[in-house]
Amino acid sequence: MSKEIQAVFAGFGGQGTLFAGKLMAYAGLIESREVSWFPSYGPEMRGGTANCSVTISDSPIGSPLVATPDVVVAMNQPSFDRFVDAVKPGGVVVADTSMVNDLGNRDDITVVGIPATKIAEEASLKGLANIVLMGRLYAAVPYCKPETIDKALAKCIPSKKVAMLEKNKQAIKLGMEA
Amino acid sequence: MTEKVLMKGNEAMAESALRAGCRFFFGYPITPQTELAAYMSKRMPLIGGTYLQAESEVSAINMVYGAAAAGARVMTSSSSPGISLKSEGISYMAGSDLPGVIINVQRGGPGLGSIQPSQSDYWQATRATGHGDFQIVVYAPSTVQEMCDCVYSAFDTADKYRIPVMILADGMLGQMMEPVVLPDKIDFCDLPDKPWATTGHGHKRSHNIVNSLYLTAEELEDLNIERYKRYELIKQNEQKAEQFLTEDADIVLVAFGASARIARSAVVAARGEGIKAGLLRPITLWPFPVDAVKDTFDSAKIYLTVEMNMGQMVDDVKLAVNGKRPVEFYGRTGGVIPTPAETLEKIREINERIGE
Repeated sequence: MSKEIQAVFAGFGGQGTLFAGKLMAYAGLIESREVSWFPSYGPEMRGGTANCSVTISDSPIGSPLVATPDVVVAMNQPSFDRFVDAVKPGGVVVADTSMVNDLGNRDDITVVGIPATKIAEEASLKGLANIVLMGRLYAAVPYCKPETIDKALAKCIPSKKVAMLEKNKQAIKLGMEA
Repeated sequence: MTEKVLMKGNEAMAESALRAGCRFFFGYPITPQTELAAYMSKRMPLIGGTYLQAESEVSAINMVYGAAAAGARVMTSSSSPGISLKSEGISYMAGSDLPGVIINVQRGGPGLGSIQPSQSDYWQATRATGHGDFQIVVYAPSTVQEMCDCVYSAFDTADKYRIPVMILADGMLGQMMEPVVLPDKIDFCDLPDKPWATTGHGHKRSHNIVNSLYLTAEELEDLNIERYKRYELIKQNEQKAEQFLTEDADIVLVAFGASARIARSAVVAARGEGIKAGLLRPITLWPFPVDAVKDTFDSAKIYLTVEMNMGQMVDDVKLAVNGKRPVEFYGRTGGVIPTPAETLEKIREINERIGE
């Protein structure tokens, strides 16, 4: 059976959930695996929430829309509530507890809460809570080689913004250690 | 190997068109197609091309008509309601034998419908893209790579047969990102001559006329008959389909575009349960790959079309099967995406029935 990981990244518009998903997709691309990234673009987006589905696989990917994720990164309470029940048994949810108070009561999945927004702000990395969560996600579910994360960041951030790249790397590190 | 890049389907189609030598794009924004026009607006000015956001879809398609008449490689794109607005112009292009590429990133209909992925313009694309006796070539890619490849070859097909060519995509394919290897840029010297184009004659040749108005019925009849001979050639030469596990399949699913991805997952799951299912995936919807359907007759006991509409492709499969086997349908509509699990459920149900 081929290895496949299906993920959902969800939060308010502007929190960087689409970017976080893109980072994971690039990690898959760099390791020459099958990859798909599919954003929400429907009426829900008009309501201020944004989410995207990412799949990394060793065989061709069917629907890019992830219905039953292995992992969820939730950046606010509505997103957590919406996706937590869909997670496969044994799956992982990484939540920003600066924004999510109620971590539910499923005992067949692992729920990891870190105050990502607070961690980012205290490290003068305002706006990088999404990347802090990506660091924590990687610590919980290493879906690629460690060095691939830095390479994926370099792909996602324009080469002109060197300072931004360094901040992102720092945010990943903080997340991994959180 | 050329580097793989991660791109949205909409963007990959735009970049592919540029590499195929498209230097004119006329459009009007509409979800879920807008990234394509946005990409063109950014890139065209940098490479000496023309991007123009028209005041309406009707204007845009008539600009396409003009650029095509002048011999240029030209493209427009829209989503379902916008394609309806373009249909008059597409008919005029067909009646004037003009090549051009039209992209439809479908959304749910009818009317303004939804903005979610759909395949409910199948009939419009394959039967009646406009009024009159005509067909257009229709490609239905199912991955971002194939979107890129189909657009690239669509320009050649359009030029070769002097026919409008449509790429029938949908909101899922347009919005999703996948790794893609972009094709090489064409050398403009390799483009075919267009001796019929209205390029200015400088008093050195008789002038060319591009027109679809013929007041003498017999003259128009002759032209239509000539055009249908060309359509026969296209049917012989241009059918494209992919077979997946159909060789020994009892149940052959037929699905195109986004729904083919879901059908493929369902087939893999069915095989895991010992059910002999396979997938025939039309890549051209017109001409419909009837030869590929015939190839499956030996093993197939039943056909199941899987679509994101109310079953518009069923007729074409029935025509190809010609009464030899039953043809059933499973689909979702209005912008709802079917899941592999519910498709598998339908396969199981059929398998039990044909096993009895």
